[in-house]
Amino acid sequence: MMRLAPAALALALLLGGCEREERAFNKEPENREPVVALSPLSPGDGVPQAASSPDAEHYQQNAYQLSEGKRLFGWFNCTGCHGNGGGGSGPALMDGKWIYGGNIENIVATIREGRPNGMPSFRGKIPDNQIWQIAAYVRSLSGNVAKDAAPGRNDDLNAHPAENRLPEIKPVSGGTTPPSAAMPQ
Amino acid sequence: MNALRSALRCGLALVLAVAPGGCAGIQSALDAHGVEAGAIAWLIWIFTAVCAAVWLLVMLALALGLLRRRRIADAPLGAHYGTGRTRVIATFTLLTGVIVIALSVLSYLTDKSLATPGPAPLTVTLIGHQWWWEIRYDDPDPSRSFTTANELHLPAGVQVKLSLQSTDVIHSFWVPSLAGKEDLIPGWKNDISFTPQSPGLYRGQCAEFCGLQHAHMGLLVAVQTRAEFDAWYAAQVAPAAMAAAPDVKRGHDVFMRSGCILCHAIRGTRAGGRVGPDLTHVGSRMALAADALPLSRDTLALWIANPQGVKPGANMPRVKLADADLEAVARYLESLR
Repeated sequence: MMRLAPAALALALLLGGCEREERAFNKEPENREPVVALSPLSPGDGVPQAASSPDAEHYQQNAYQLSEGKRLFGWFNCTGCHGNGGGGSGPALMDGKWIYGGNIENIVATIREGRPNGMPSFRGKIPDNQIWQIAAYVRSLSGNVAKDAAPGRNDDLNAHPAENRLPEIKPVSGGTTPPSAAMPQ
Repeated sequence: MNALRSALRCGLALVLAVAPGGCAGIQSALDAHGVEAGAIAWLIWIFTAVCAAVWLLVMLALALGLLRRRRIADAPLGAHYGTGRTRVIATFTLLTGVIVIALSVLSYLTDKSLATPGPAPLTVTLIGHQWWWEIRYDDPDPSRSFTTANELHLPAGVQVKLSLQSTDVIHSFWVPSLAGKEDLIPGWKNDISFTPQSPGLYRGQCAEFCGLQHAHMGLLVAVQTRAEFDAWYAAQVAPAAMAAAPDVKRGHDVFMRSGCILCHAIRGTRAGGRVGPDLTHVGSRMALAADALPLSRDTLALWIANPQGVKPGANMPRVKLADADLEAVARYLESLR
């Protein structure tokens, strides 16, 4: 009996690894609108109400969802403005500063609805579950997802260290639209 | 016992009836329709014939040996063999060596002739993706260049050079009826040259395991006469026809405002995505999703409505469309001939 215990433990640990990149190919695209708070101010007592989506953790801790997000980030040309996360005519995504909030729900809302000064709305263009994948990947650029699930390598040139080696930067409010994207005053 | 024997006889008859059928068909190295495939098929037959002859001879010798076995069980091994034994062993060892060397030289010569082709008058770029084939016909005149997918058209009797590339993992080009096998490697340009001889439809299959849908990564090769090929080329170069009929027009509008436009290109419209197959003339193709489905309005709708049901893991996501919109998009894509 005692001899079986280590084997059972090893098996349990191995099976635990399956969870890391569980895939669900035929998942119905989600259509839940996340309730997000864009302002930390609220009238009266307490902070604004914001409901976190139960799916957030699923996307941020799953290696498959994160790597799909990385692929789509390239495919849909996010890099065209955000330059591999370092920023260009769009804000940097790996500096921890978030104009519109750094929670995954905020990022999903940003991608889906767009933002002033250049961020287009992808509503109806990108299926919801893919928006969540991209948002989770964007969070990985500032080290805010599970380290063991974040992508560990690039297929092409290394614009920055692999996502699982990027430093974790706690999201703070701040940042500005780069001058190149700002509307003429 | 009798039942077993008749079952065995039936099985043998079935194998004999079915086996030669496996030699013909659109995807068979033994049904060669190209110069290079012919050389390979010839090599296969030579190897098979020589090996079969050697096997029969060995079995014959074994049977003879069993029949002429030692009569006296107690006699020491080899006691009654004469000095001829050494000569026989030496002869057959030498013969084995000669056969192996001859087959190696034949194989080497065939390989060498395949690897040193002359200049090809037609060059086509074949790019492997998970899990489909991108095909580019490049012409010095940019207005005569175009991109298509999953269906290669070639003129008969003309040597073609395929430039093989990959964007993700290693794939392998293999159309057994026309040519040998060559890998598509990311970050590397391979090429393979071959000359298809007889017009017809052939099929290729990715021959290097490349992920979940490796088995559904088929490539159709239509070998045509020069006139047919030129007509096909001229039709492919043209941009997509304007959608005129109301339901087709609606399909066009839905395509342009939904997720399709992010990945797919239709020349002549605003759709310019480069990560999915080019759909400019998708209605003229024989199959859909790298030969996973035959092409029709129904299968187009099925594929758009539930790509993960047809090819689980494929990079095409399910795009939610209302039923009427789905039908309109299928009509529109079908009209892109």
